[in-house]
Amino acid sequence: MSAREEILARIRTAVAGAQDVEIPRGYRTERQVDDLVGLFAERVDDYRAIVHVVPSAGVPAKIDECVRGRRMVIPEGFGRDGGWDDLRTADGVLTNCAVAIAETGTIVLDHGPGQGTRAQTLVPDYHLCVVRADQIVPGVPEAVARLDPSRPLTWISGPSATSDIELNRVEGVHGPRTLEVVIST
Amino acid sequence: MSATFLGMPGNFPENAAIAVQDSQLRFNLRKATHTIRDRRASVVGELPDWQELRAAGKAIKDHTLRNLDRYLLRMEEAVTRAGGTVHWARDAAEANRIVTDLVKATGETEVVKVKSMATQEIGLNEALAEHGIAAYETDLAELIVQLGDDFPSHILVPAIHRNRSEIREIFLDRMPEVSRDLTDDPPALTEAARLHLRERFLRSKVAISGANFMVAETGTLVVLESEGNGRMCLSLPETLISVVGIEKLLPSWRDLEVFLQLLPRSSTGERMNPYTSMWTGAVEGQEFHLVLLDNGRTDVLADEVGRQALRCIRCSACLNVCPVYERAGGHAYGSVYPGPIGAILTPQLRGMGSELDASLPFASSLCGACYDVCPVAIDIPEVLVDLRAKAPHAAAERAGMKAAGWILNDHERLAKAQRAATKLRKLVPKRRLPGPLSAWTDTRDVPEIPEESFRDWWEREASHGQGAE
Repeated sequence: MSAREEILARIRTAVAGAQDVEIPRGYRTERQVDDLVGLFAERVDDYRAIVHVVPSAGVPAKIDECVRGRRMVIPEGFGRDGGWDDLRTADGVLTNCAVAIAETGTIVLDHGPGQGTRAQTLVPDYHLCVVRADQIVPGVPEAVARLDPSRPLTWISGPSATSDIELNRVEGVHGPRTLEVVIST
Repeated sequence: MSATFLGMPGNFPENAAIAVQDSQLRFNLRKATHTIRDRRASVVGELPDWQELRAAGKAIKDHTLRNLDRYLLRMEEAVTRAGGTVHWARDAAEANRIVTDLVKATGETEVVKVKSMATQEIGLNEALAEHGIAAYETDLAELIVQLGDDFPSHILVPAIHRNRSEIREIFLDRMPEVSRDLTDDPPALTEAARLHLRERFLRSKVAISGANFMVAETGTLVVLESEGNGRMCLSLPETLISVVGIEKLLPSWRDLEVFLQLLPRSSTGERMNPYTSMWTGAVEGQEFHLVLLDNGRTDVLADEVGRQALRCIRCSACLNVCPVYERAGGHAYGSVYPGPIGAILTPQLRGMGSELDASLPFASSLCGACYDVCPVAIDIPEVLVDLRAKAPHAAAERAGMKAAGWILNDHERLAKAQRAATKLRKLVPKRRLPGPLSAWTDTRDVPEIPEESFRDWWEREASHGQGAE
């Protein structure tokens, strides 16, 4: 018997006669948050990321200010020229996102247009991410519902960190050590 | 290479007795467990629907386990459709052979690894080493453990037993490129690890991971992490091999909305961990292999009481609240799964044939703190008690229990035994019982036997006409 057949047979014997269960979904799947932008900004800031809330017309100028003097990877579809091509020598990466979660201060990339490949958003030491206010949802269930599982997804909550040495939180291990978020309202 | 737990000698009481003499270890553990414990309590308290999430998490896992055959087939189909290859492994040896063959087929002799309990459980690094393949751990704590030729002692923070100056010594000793001026400041140590691994990440062609969850409906794998070493391993190499226990399955995409709230808050005590990666099949031109691992899990599934241990999502909240773990540390459990969950998982996965494994169900005071914090409501004390009954017992103990059962089953026999005990009470030692019974009195006082049993007192008083007013 193949390993596959044998494991399946063992499972069938093991659970024969066991009761199935109903899944109670009494938790919150939609929640009211009055100030989504404010809550998201506060929660991102809690992770020691840098946050700016900027009216949409002011976003290009804010980006200029953030990237000045940095060799930035700018992925296809972001709509901005002058990107740096070599990932290893780049100082940073500039992206959009797919969804953002207010309650947890999380940004989700689905690596679609303007969001780059997984490597592009990982290797440079600085990540500047532009989040539109209408991309912010209140909680995790609302985000899961909006995402497409057939795409690779990267959920980012603050800069790379570790607590492996005496549980002292240290920002910046292998991922970008600085995360800067521009919320466009 | 880090050592393997398999075939470890000793038993829990002996290991623990040695560990509690180590004051540095006790200090490190106390500080760490109390810090995470408080952090967890604070972020769990933020969610008004925590108990509803917990109930859903428990039910989703129970439903999956009940229909595991069906969902595994669905997972296999979805991964295959998305360009991945699925392998099945009955045990550790088979899984190690599959992974070794896959690595050999690439022609590579080095692999990078993301922290994974499953690959530690099967001793994969050692198996690869036998075939001339070097496996490099990339999680900071795993790196500390691997470079120190040490054992992990915690599920989430494997080097929890090491303090900063010990870590500095290990780095100075084992990282040739590191400067002698390295301080023991955590940011400096972290920077050393970053530099040590940077080039390796960029040049490695093969990575090996586990997964926190896999979604049958979509074929998606999910890895939660903090440092970015996971993202490095999952996205840069050309070939990715994931070894995942069959119980890690969730039926539908939607179920992630529950577990992505339960796990980070229970585990690191954060609202969300820094990075979560999700991928379905072969992504961005990568070659992807999924190895589905049984290795004793179907035996656990066959046990009506014990099978709830398969709900575990490896958050380690039970370790952090356990008074026994806090004092004895993780090594005493002799397994990659320490603490309360290890005390019920290890004896079920490995059986209770060794002295160590048979001692694990007794490594608990049954206080129940582990059950209270468990995000999938595993009743650990219930399983411990059940395993204690199944564990091998000494002939003298079995005979004693049989005799006690015979007496307690009949009220006349009990009355006679009580009368005999009151007559012989002067002969019972005050502190320490003789022979094998001394094991019981080593940690307990001998109860005082009264001059007269309650039963006799009642009858005497009643015959005076005052007893039952």
